[in-house]
Amino acid sequence: MKWCEWPGHVIGLEVLEKYGCRMADGLGLTLYLVGFTFTLGLIIGLALAVAKLRSNRIVSALIHGYTTFFRGTPLLVQLFLVYYGLGAFRLFWQELNMWWFFREPLYCCLFAFTLNTAAYQAEIFRGAIQALPPGQAEAARALGMRPTAIFLKVEMPQAMIIALRPLGNELIVMIKASALASLVTLFDLMGATRLAFARSFDLSIYLVAALIYLMLVEIIRRLWDLLEARLTRHLVLR
Amino acid sequence: MDYYLKLLSFGPDGWGDELLAGAWITISIALATVPFGLALGLAVALAKRSRSPVLRALSTLYTTIFRGVPELLTLYVIYFGFQMLLQKLWTALGFTSNLEISPFLAGMVALGVVLAAFSAEVWLGALNSIQKGQREAAAALGLTKWQAFRLVVFPQLMRVALPGLGNNWMVLLKETSLVSVITLQDTMFIATRANVVTKEPFLFFGVAALIYLAFSVVSTWGFGKLEARANRGHIVHGAAR
Repeated sequence: MKWCEWPGHVIGLEVLEKYGCRMADGLGLTLYLVGFTFTLGLIIGLALAVAKLRSNRIVSALIHGYTTFFRGTPLLVQLFLVYYGLGAFRLFWQELNMWWFFREPLYCCLFAFTLNTAAYQAEIFRGAIQALPPGQAEAARALGMRPTAIFLKVEMPQAMIIALRPLGNELIVMIKASALASLVTLFDLMGATRLAFARSFDLSIYLVAALIYLMLVEIIRRLWDLLEARLTRHLVLR
Repeated sequence: MDYYLKLLSFGPDGWGDELLAGAWITISIALATVPFGLALGLAVALAKRSRSPVLRALSTLYTTIFRGVPELLTLYVIYFGFQMLLQKLWTALGFTSNLEISPFLAGMVALGVVLAAFSAEVWLGALNSIQKGQREAAAALGLTKWQAFRLVVFPQLMRVALPGLGNNWMVLLKETSLVSVITLQDTMFIATRANVVTKEPFLFFGVAALIYLAFSVVSTWGFGKLEARANRGHIVHGAAR
């Protein structure tokens, strides 16, 4: 018996024993989807936030349009727009040698999720940077620090503390939103669960999936509490 | 270009009227969910502050579950679960026919319980912002607990809760797109069907995106107005910045 069949065997849930391995693979895909897109979104989001605050009006307006669109429309629409919509321009992508990318539901999913979370994270970082008192940068300038140094050594460390909570919330939102991947034929945790249900008509498999998602969210929450305690250990709170 | 305009036109050849009907369903289900979700959320928030440890534990369990489980999963469990449960009851009562629950109702319940869990946190924050003295003063005036809540606490609650509830509404509006998977004919469902028929996915999902975007933009503007109105008797600190 494989390890992934054990939990179902132990608690005597036949459907979980039978589909345990698919569920485990699904969990792996969910973690991969979330981990990859959240990290990439972090980098893009930070870059967009800085670009929005530090560049000319045209660039800021473009970034504003981007964040408004991706925060104002459902992720499901964005996913379908990429998977079905962009996927329909087959000849165009073949011309560009990009067809291998838009053909795969996995890549489409990664693409849509990244664009979505980058938009939310850009707003989180922008808010965090703008929340800093202006005196911080002014004092650094008075000390003769260069703009790059001011940003990296004075503004960023403080902004990250402010951004930490909302980033944790965004990560939790992404874990939950990743269930949408199951709607474009991917077998993430939700996809594996849907398959198991469709074959067994045993509703308890959905409850197992719910418990796994809850556990993931709870782990993130605890982890974030630890992270916050560590990052703010120099501050006297309360 | 003419071809695309024709696809979006109103009438038998175009999808304009269908899309409009879908947009109407989107708005209807979002609006139908709000009273139920917000009232349940307020009840959960009050339960979290109650003196009874059982109520406190139950309400915390409730928010933990529905904030942590994907909305899609909640929707499936409620849709299929209710269906199975009702069918069992129906059969047990001696009926032989098949029972189907309306996707609108299932969608409304699923979105409502999730909205309740998220709005409970907003209500809780707002409740905590109201000073104890307010309740004590109400009690001193001889108001009952319910009167104190209705006449003193609640009017002040709305002002503090409004920004958070605005966020809840925006999230809800986007989440309604999920009900298309249980065959409710909302914007997303119509766009999917139009794509199947016409093979123009980019056009129809693009239009669907614009419909949602329009709702979001209008909502943002509306909540700005509402907040300004709710704050009209207050000096907002830092407003000059």
